[in-house]
Amino acid sequence: MNSQSNHLLEVRDLSVTFPQPGGSVTAVRGVNYHVDKGEFLGIVGESGSGKSVSSLAVMGLLPSSAQISGDILFEGRSLLGRSDRELSKLRGEGISIIFQDPLSALTPVYTIGAQIAEALQLHDRALSKLAANARAVELLKIVGIPNPERRAQSFPHEFSGGMRQRAMIAIAIANNPRLIIADEPTTALDVTIQAQILEVLQKAKDLTGAAVVLITHDLGVVAGNADRIAVMYAGRIVETGTVDQVFHAPTMPYTIGLLRSMPNLATAGHTRLVPLEGRPPQLSNLAPGCPFAPRCPVAIDACRTTEPPLTSIDGNPLNASACLRVEEISGGALNRAALYPVPAPIALEERAEVAPKTVLAVDQLVRHFPLTKGSVFKHSIGKVRAVDGVSFDIKSGQTLGLVGESGCGKSTTIMEILELAKPQSGQVTVNGRDVSTMSAKERRTLRQDIQVVFQDPMASLDPRLPIQDIIAEPLTVHAVPARERSRRVRDVMELVGLDPSMASRYPHEFSGGQRQRIGIARALVTDPKIVVLDEPVSALDVSIQAGVINLLEDLQEKLGLSYLFVAHDLAVVRQIADNVAVMYLGRIVESGPSSEIFDHPQHPYTRALLSAVPVPDPTLERSRQRIILQGELPSPTEDIAGCNFRTRCPLYQLMDQDGQEQCRTLDPARRQVQGSSVACHHSEHIDLMTLATSQP
Amino acid sequence: MSMLDEIPVADPAAGNPEVIQSPKPVSRFRLVLSRLRSTPRFWVGIIGLGTIVLWAIFGLAPNAWNASDLDTFNMGSSPTALHWFGTSDIGEDIYAQTIVGLRKSLIIGLLVGPLAAIIAGVVGAVAGYVGGWWDKAIVWVIDLLLVLPSLFLFILLSPIFKSLSWVALIFLLAGFGWMIMARVIRAQTKSLRERDFIKAARFMGVDTWTIIRRHVLPNVSSLLIIDATLGVGGAILSETTLSFFGFGIQAPDVSLGTLLASGQSAAATRPWLFVFPAAILVFTVLSASLVGDALRDAVDPTSGVNRE
Repeated sequence: MNSQSNHLLEVRDLSVTFPQPGGSVTAVRGVNYHVDKGEFLGIVGESGSGKSVSSLAVMGLLPSSAQISGDILFEGRSLLGRSDRELSKLRGEGISIIFQDPLSALTPVYTIGAQIAEALQLHDRALSKLAANARAVELLKIVGIPNPERRAQSFPHEFSGGMRQRAMIAIAIANNPRLIIADEPTTALDVTIQAQILEVLQKAKDLTGAAVVLITHDLGVVAGNADRIAVMYAGRIVETGTVDQVFHAPTMPYTIGLLRSMPNLATAGHTRLVPLEGRPPQLSNLAPGCPFAPRCPVAIDACRTTEPPLTSIDGNPLNASACLRVEEISGGALNRAALYPVPAPIALEERAEVAPKTVLAVDQLVRHFPLTKGSVFKHSIGKVRAVDGVSFDIKSGQTLGLVGESGCGKSTTIMEILELAKPQSGQVTVNGRDVSTMSAKERRTLRQDIQVVFQDPMASLDPRLPIQDIIAEPLTVHAVPARERSRRVRDVMELVGLDPSMASRYPHEFSGGQRQRIGIARALVTDPKIVVLDEPVSALDVSIQAGVINLLEDLQEKLGLSYLFVAHDLAVVRQIADNVAVMYLGRIVESGPSSEIFDHPQHPYTRALLSAVPVPDPTLERSRQRIILQGELPSPTEDIAGCNFRTRCPLYQLMDQDGQEQCRTLDPARRQVQGSSVACHHSEHIDLMTLATSQP
Repeated sequence: MSMLDEIPVADPAAGNPEVIQSPKPVSRFRLVLSRLRSTPRFWVGIIGLGTIVLWAIFGLAPNAWNASDLDTFNMGSSPTALHWFGTSDIGEDIYAQTIVGLRKSLIIGLLVGPLAAIIAGVVGAVAGYVGGWWDKAIVWVIDLLLVLPSLFLFILLSPIFKSLSWVALIFLLAGFGWMIMARVIRAQTKSLRERDFIKAARFMGVDTWTIIRRHVLPNVSSLLIIDATLGVGGAILSETTLSFFGFGIQAPDVSLGTLLASGQSAAATRPWLFVFPAAILVFTVLSASLVGDALRDAVDPTSGVNRE
């Protein structure tokens, strides 16, 4: 190693190759980056871009079959080629890691406290058991776990996802590491919990003075937290710079496209998304030239022959981009905003005429699951209030976005609707007819009008059937002749942008975005009026999402469809929904037109949810006030008297005695406040929250 | 570990040159058939099995002896030009006996294996998919049949079966060979039931039997096909055991089982009595499993060769 490094961590020309029977796969191809003391570096990339592999290489946690070349320097000393014993000493004390899935990262048979104490004692043998336990409790307190003395005695399965991730952070900071690597630490969590965890991570960083490397696929997460970011694509860093440089003046067409294709909570709904066509290359057989060239709108011939090196922009060594036309882009010769063609909206003459009438109405829908105990003699010990009096309606040609965190009952709600059976209580009306009074035959006929698209396109397509049979399946129920079936399949495939010649292929031969198009084609083949979309884009990569969202918007315009769009991603909902209903613990707490809900939320929960969503714009992100909800979503088995949000409600804390009394005893009914219907006693005082958060 | 997601899997479409690229949609059966044709294992197995079957049908034609003929001049002779596989103690021609035995064993094996698998598939899928009281009742029956020692039952029932023809033995063997597989299928179906594509079919209004037929059974078909092919060998072995004790194939009928049973005592001294039927048995079972293996890969596009 010729030169000494004065960075905390420096990765030089790192390459990682996995030998495989069908030819080796180079997951990381020449990555260079560095992190200084106390710095917050964000590494962003889609799945398969090599972001996790490169950080696992730093920790020395790659499988032994991986071939690593290049160099990794930590505090000036190389980490490669060191023995496992030496590395183990360094892990935890020097570098620590926070994994994506905290359940598999914690040992299920030891208590949380014991696992933290173990991390402490490993690195400080002089530490007594008692002192280690005391320190463990202290650490749990730092990461914000309530009642830490008691919680230290709990096992991982007794913790919720957010609390486990807090415990992981506690273990990570136990030995005051100088570098924390967080590998997608919030991907498995809900937005409100994500906001909490990111805050804890910032706090941990401030307390220990450690540098942080945050690896994520979510540009929004890094925008508000990181100092510098590096964007990875096909195993290489393609752009790096400070957050402001990368977000406001991106120079790599990939970054530009990624930023344009993301639905952004601040701007969504006003403009059409710009899809990033194509899909990431296969690392097993990379063509020569820039790996992004096949998807790049401004690729020139040279791009297909030479892979551009990371070149600095305007002589700034920290801001670099791997594009041959970087000077044209940074100089303004190529307009960033016009780099990608904005897809044209559907022409007026192609739009379907829709008469405004209610196509789906749900009134006071209830679904409780009994909790039973005992295997022979079952007795009820309570009930899960999955759906507890939900009402909404959808007009033809419109989209209702149903949003909420996981466990709020939104999936159960749509399953209840799709069953078309008599609900436990309440009423479901489709096309003006109450489903509970229908005969089996009428119900089957009605199923033509209401179809569903599921979240995971792989799981919702039978792997054993060619896609022509999958798409035609709804038609078989209604005894459509075979010739007619294959004609309709071909038509609908064309409609969703699939080549009809691929009809005899199997689902696994398609990419994620294409599979979701197959799912949409299947839903549309019966010419339905209502399509229920259950998180249709959340399983897709960011760059593919935009294409599917645009398709859904176009189809709605062309066919006059009504959508019930269920999602946890508020930015996507804002992009597509006309009306929004926010669910919390089996109830709708606020509903109204999309613009009202997003611009003037009246319920404290809606307000907190919106403020928790990260926006991929660093300037905006810094100026935003974040309302962090305390605690976790209560279990739906709990019987909370009065308003069921009051246990976490920031507004409840601010109310006077009488107001709090009202929340505790009276269940708030939905009422009209400024254009949206809100279930809160005190939404007139919602501005108290803004005042409270603006005070330090 | 999240790292596993990061290693890109090879693109199945790119690495699969034999994808059918015709403008006209091809039916599923034709797709399976075309994939089957491109597997060498299938050809080895099907040619082997075909040879055995043809041999069993026409093998007696060139032979001078019938299975019931006794050559009193050549008792216990080793293989010669006259008796290709040698003769037994009382002068029966082993070649003729092997062929006649093979016919019976093949018929029993080829019927019992698939029959048991079909029972297992249907019963398991119904129990797993329909659930509720149906499931409870079916599991109870399966458990009951499993705890009954089948050999004793065979012995108990053998007087009845002796009066019936050997065909009854097929149903008896199939009737006691499906339970374990049915439990496996039931468990598989229970997890399949929660998969989105089954839910999707339900919400489309597809009826229960069609869902079981179109979605559940094809998705457990690899298991059923393995079970059916292994069942061929298993059935032949069960038949051997029964015949050995005198409860299976009755004289004057001959099966590979009775032949092996009568020849095994002489396996060391006069190996031809034992080796020829045994070799035929091994060859038959091997060919059947090669066919089953290839069929599994063809039916399930995500298993085996297609995944590499």
